[in-house]
Amino acid sequence: MSDQAEVKKPPRVEVGVLGWLKKNLFSPWYNTLLTVVSVGFVVFFGRVILLWAFHSARWEVVTTNLKVFMIGRYPAAEAWRVLVSLGVVALLAGLTWAFRKAKDSPVRRWLVLAWIVSFPVIGILLRGFGEDNPFLPKVSAEVWSGLLLTLVLAIVGIVASFPLGVLLALGRRSRLPVVKVLCTIYIEAIRGVPLISVLFMSQLMLPLFLPPQIRLATVMRALTGITLFSAAYTAENIRGGLAAVPIGQYEAAQAVGLNKALMMILVILPQALRNVIPAIVGQFISLFKDTTLVVIVGLLELLGIAKAVTGQRQFIGLHQEVYFFVALLFFICCYLMSHASRRLEKALGVGER
Amino acid sequence: MNPESEVHMPSESSETDREIIQCRDVHKWFGSFHVLRGVNLTLCKGEVVVICGPSGSGKSTFIRTINRLEEHQKGTIVVDGIELTHDLRNIHAVQREIGMVFQQFNLFPHLKVIDNVTLAPIWVRRWPKDRALKIAEELLKRVGIPEQAQKYPGQLSGGQQQRLAIARALAMQPKIMLFDEPTSALDPEMIKEVLDVMVELARSGITMIVVTHEMGFAKQVADRIYFFDDGSIVEHNTPEEFFRNPREERTKKFLSQILTH
Repeated sequence: MSDQAEVKKPPRVEVGVLGWLKKNLFSPWYNTLLTVVSVGFVVFFGRVILLWAFHSARWEVVTTNLKVFMIGRYPAAEAWRVLVSLGVVALLAGLTWAFRKAKDSPVRRWLVLAWIVSFPVIGILLRGFGEDNPFLPKVSAEVWSGLLLTLVLAIVGIVASFPLGVLLALGRRSRLPVVKVLCTIYIEAIRGVPLISVLFMSQLMLPLFLPPQIRLATVMRALTGITLFSAAYTAENIRGGLAAVPIGQYEAAQAVGLNKALMMILVILPQALRNVIPAIVGQFISLFKDTTLVVIVGLLELLGIAKAVTGQRQFIGLHQEVYFFVALLFFICCYLMSHASRRLEKALGVGER
Repeated sequence: MNPESEVHMPSESSETDREIIQCRDVHKWFGSFHVLRGVNLTLCKGEVVVICGPSGSGKSTFIRTINRLEEHQKGTIVVDGIELTHDLRNIHAVQREIGMVFQQFNLFPHLKVIDNVTLAPIWVRRWPKDRALKIAEELLKRVGIPEQAQKYPGQLSGGQQQRLAIARALAMQPKIMLFDEPTSALDPEMIKEVLDVMVELARSGITMIVVTHEMGFAKQVADRIYFFDDGSIVEHNTPEEFFRNPREERTKKFLSQILTH
């Protein structure tokens, strides 16, 4: 190597707190103005909220009723079942997180299995067996309420509607006219109707399709409605993802000898789903919030319980505290979902085209 | 190179059992556009042929009918004794025996380099994972990218990606390899590394059909060159004769266009 021109350093950047302030907040002059106005707003509203939260708010309405918010009318003597269920989920989630890097470890296969098994197990644990079973007496699904009900509706709705949505999306892109038309009609019909009417329909119509011996609990009927509703939206999101996978991927998959099913499972769907994670998670967040609509079929999820709590005589007039608390719970759940989605996108974004 | 191929004539009946691809009067239309107008081509095991011709002449479409990425509407295509019909079993059987390399690589971007290679052997050939891995590692070494196994395709250079695509196709141990303009999307300095792999492959005795404008490659390894224009084969010959004495006017014009710079 010859001694050519010496390596030039990049121009000096202004550093330090003052440099940062000047660069980002106070130059040019209109940024100074914006900064001053925004700080004014923040101080004003922050003061009002803090004063209320720490001075005039009567939080005992929340602390006294904490159990009611969480499990509602679920019998207090059986509350341990909810705690155990939570413990199982937390344990599985922790293990999944701990083994997220160990791709080839057999533990991961067991974890998938454990997740799948955990659903019916938790279902049985929460519901119990017969009326007079000594260990797990029946807790009718009709009394499930509060945050417990919200979580059951949202999680089961999400988990059940996702595979259904994938199938509908594939069906709508199918080359078989019957499948294609049926899926299209289903998706468009559901998307053309508000969730409230789907919930009403599932309450009233579902029993007509089932044999008379089977009486589905209101919760089950609401769950069915939510799942069918959400599946249609999931399907449309996934269809968008499928359309974004280049035709060359289909050709390459065929050229190496994969049949249609393997091509979809191994090559097309992984890419399509990765593309639509933000859209799908957005839709799951809105499903989570839409569970509040089950109030209209007589179920008391978190918001319904909140309303009931404010009706108690000793806590009359304390709407602000109760709704603030409920809003906070919703925010935490939704923010966790959106945070998880960003992590997932990052993790799957490796090897981006 | 196969010494017999110099004197081989495609229509000789005594060689039928050695014939691995037979295309008779293949026609295809895109809507009302007649892309393939009666293509006849017979290939024996181990032969390497190059197809060239102006763009839009149907040469890519033609080789894509051989592994059924495009469906022909008239005529017959028989690959290794299996006729391509609407029977899905036949189509899959043929696709398993043919490897293909695309102009745009078409690697699986969500899979690591090594998994791109082992995917089809594991799921289609049902090989145990160890065996697929061992063969994949050998193939990556053969195409010169053994140290890239744990990366994703998007992290490789264009030339490396195309060599990976060759390894992926070879992993199924195909009897025939199709190359659809394999170097057209590459930067000039990367073309040679891909051609080197293809030359080595051609000399290994595998049957190859290569659509390309790389006339150096054609001279070096092709047994015959086919010249395509307007959806049919205008003429074919050994490379020496093809470049020295083109018979048709259209061939002469094409050659003068691509060889003058």
